[in-house]
Amino acid sequence: MNTEILGVILQWVALVALSYPLGLYIAKVYKGERTWSDFMAPVERWIYKLCGIHPKEDMNWKQFLKALLTVNVFWFVWGMILLVCQGWLPLNPDGNEGRSPDLAFNTTISFMVNCNLQHYSGESGLTYFTQLFVIMLFQFVTAACGMAALAGIMKALAAKTTKTIGNFWVFMTRSVTRILMPLSLLVGILLVINGTPMSFDGKQTLETLEGNEQVISQGPTAAIVPIKQLGTNGGGYFGTNSSHPLENPNAFTNILECWSILILPMAMVWAVGFYIRRKKLAAWIYGVMLFAFTVGVCVSVPQEMNGNPQIDNMGIAQDLGSMEGKEIRIGSGASAMWGMVTTVTSNGSVNSMHDSQTPLSGLLQMLNMQINCWFGGVGVGWMNYFAFLIIAVFISGLMVGRTPEFLGKKVEAREMKIATLVVLMHPFLILVGTGIAAAIAAIHPEIGWLNNPSFHGLSEMLYEYTSAAANNGSGFEGLADNTPFWNISTGIALIMGRYFPIVGQVAIAGLLASKKYIPESAGTLKTDTFTFSLMTFVVIIIVAALSFFPALALGPIADYLSF
Amino acid sequence: MKNLWISLKFTLVMCVVLTIGYVLILRLTATVASPNDGEAPVVELNGKVVGAANVGQVFTDSIYFWGRPSAVDYNGGSSGGSNKGTNNPEYLADVEARINAFLEAHPYLERKDIPAEMVTASGSGLDPDISPRGAEVQIRRVAEARGMSEDQVRRIVGKTIQKPWLGLFGTYKVNVLKLNVALDEAQNRELLP
Repeated sequence: MNTEILGVILQWVALVALSYPLGLYIAKVYKGERTWSDFMAPVERWIYKLCGIHPKEDMNWKQFLKALLTVNVFWFVWGMILLVCQGWLPLNPDGNEGRSPDLAFNTTISFMVNCNLQHYSGESGLTYFTQLFVIMLFQFVTAACGMAALAGIMKALAAKTTKTIGNFWVFMTRSVTRILMPLSLLVGILLVINGTPMSFDGKQTLETLEGNEQVISQGPTAAIVPIKQLGTNGGGYFGTNSSHPLENPNAFTNILECWSILILPMAMVWAVGFYIRRKKLAAWIYGVMLFAFTVGVCVSVPQEMNGNPQIDNMGIAQDLGSMEGKEIRIGSGASAMWGMVTTVTSNGSVNSMHDSQTPLSGLLQMLNMQINCWFGGVGVGWMNYFAFLIIAVFISGLMVGRTPEFLGKKVEAREMKIATLVVLMHPFLILVGTGIAAAIAAIHPEIGWLNNPSFHGLSEMLYEYTSAAANNGSGFEGLADNTPFWNISTGIALIMGRYFPIVGQVAIAGLLASKKYIPESAGTLKTDTFTFSLMTFVVIIIVAALSFFPALALGPIADYLSF
Repeated sequence: MKNLWISLKFTLVMCVVLTIGYVLILRLTATVASPNDGEAPVVELNGKVVGAANVGQVFTDSIYFWGRPSAVDYNGGSSGGSNKGTNNPEYLADVEARINAFLEAHPYLERKDIPAEMVTASGSGLDPDISPRGAEVQIRRVAEARGMSEDQVRRIVGKTIQKPWLGLFGTYKVNVLKLNVALDEAQNRELLP
């Protein structure tokens, strides 16, 4: 069998097989049960003591959100100051300069919301200091922030009736010390052994075999790559992310890095099931997500491996598939697989240039981000699915004439309003943003944003806002996006796309938790069944298809039809 | 206000924890386990460094095998792809021009022999590899330019082909720099008495 396809199958199997035990472990971590990682307990106690955190103090959902939002505002200030001042700070052997304020704004927001919209290249746009203490730090703590929000929701849903949903700071700390740091260390060590750079020396200057001078950027790459993947952030150390041969040196590292993107979001679905003791419900949710993800893979991988029909027409040999924007050591199949993995999660790292992929792959990448809950970002992906669950419960309840209930709690008008707002905000941000940008580009064609004409040009703008609102961060990178218009408008989409859903979803969970528990009876709508899972799937498809289909028809679909 | 104070302390403490418990451990691992003490691994010829093993470089001389087109001209201080869409007419014209240039350099080939990767740009612009077929089509040109027999060159190419991971997962590839160094070494040996 084709070794490229075997590689793709291996990635899929490794993900599905390992997500279950990891989910069990994560549930134990948040419950505070005994695990192998208990040797970290003294470190955690030391952190609590130094920071003045009282680990036993439980918060209600409003206090929880207040802590969450405060630390995020603080990170914004932290990132802005360090980026603008990076030229004067230490660990800058290449002498890179400080940032312009609008680009610093975009970068800080982007990493603060655990996204990686990078309107710069890491080689020249950052110093080793800001790579570590803005980029890497945010990749850890903002991922932990999303995980902590989900942990709070888990606690709310697990309890019969409760006012409190746990301590935000404790969940944050444990996410870093017990989950993100140990896993990143493991992946990082494997990368270092395979030749990913990990040093603090500046660029290497070499004389090539033909006698030219070549300068090679390097640095503490192996510290950034593992957490950018595991924390579903995706911010590459180098400009071209994991397609860069130092960031991703061979087929093994590619499989490892691709696995690292999806493993935690997958495990989180099981973790919720174990935590709230609803394994069957978790299995059905996992099944729906896995089905949607796998369908995407089965369409995109053959598309890329079959190649670009326009190049076929030129009469050359396209056995390896569409190779524009792809690397030989990775291959077209694994590039397509990565494209799906990075867009179902809100990761956004790339190992090939999505702008140059075939139109149907581009369509699926956008659709994955527009739906944004097939596994999704670590923590927040499950929460997006949760909003759709609430809507599905409500609609099904109305259809069969039963009171809408979820996990023994009545779903009422207030929760329904929040869920609807959260779900509708996403298409609103994407479509309005794209509409404005498209209008400007049409009125002022001389503005020169677009790298490709016609339908694909529209796709570049649609992809950018989709990626921003979904906190994904990948891009059709041909778009000239380092301008004040794009830096600021996508910055706003990033903020809205992150905090609006988190606040809404934690609020729903908090509201549900404080309601009276109604034991299950014959009149209860069962949520852990095939019928209800199908219902949720249909609700998601209808909302996404209805909102985005017209835009997609003008972009990737028209592009596909013009072959 | 209490939250803001905790935020500051928490962020600073995290910087310390991550520096000691993560960055430092990885750096120490690199000194013992990485191929080149944490720097990009390099390739040497006669004791002189001639390039980074994993970063492609420009080859235009006909005595060497050539790598793939690059949108950044193999600038290792930067990186980038063309980001051209599949239907972009300007891009398709570029590819057509590259096909013609390749045919001119290898007059013994027909269009259908040219592997697409030799006329399309990689994602990073630094792709160090070509496929075995990409090497195969260049063998005659390189052999003629060097005055070696095609079989000799083909044997060296065969030795340089890297199999997929564990022989099962991924692609077959040829590192262009390592191949060219192997050729130079083989010819040096022959020239020496």
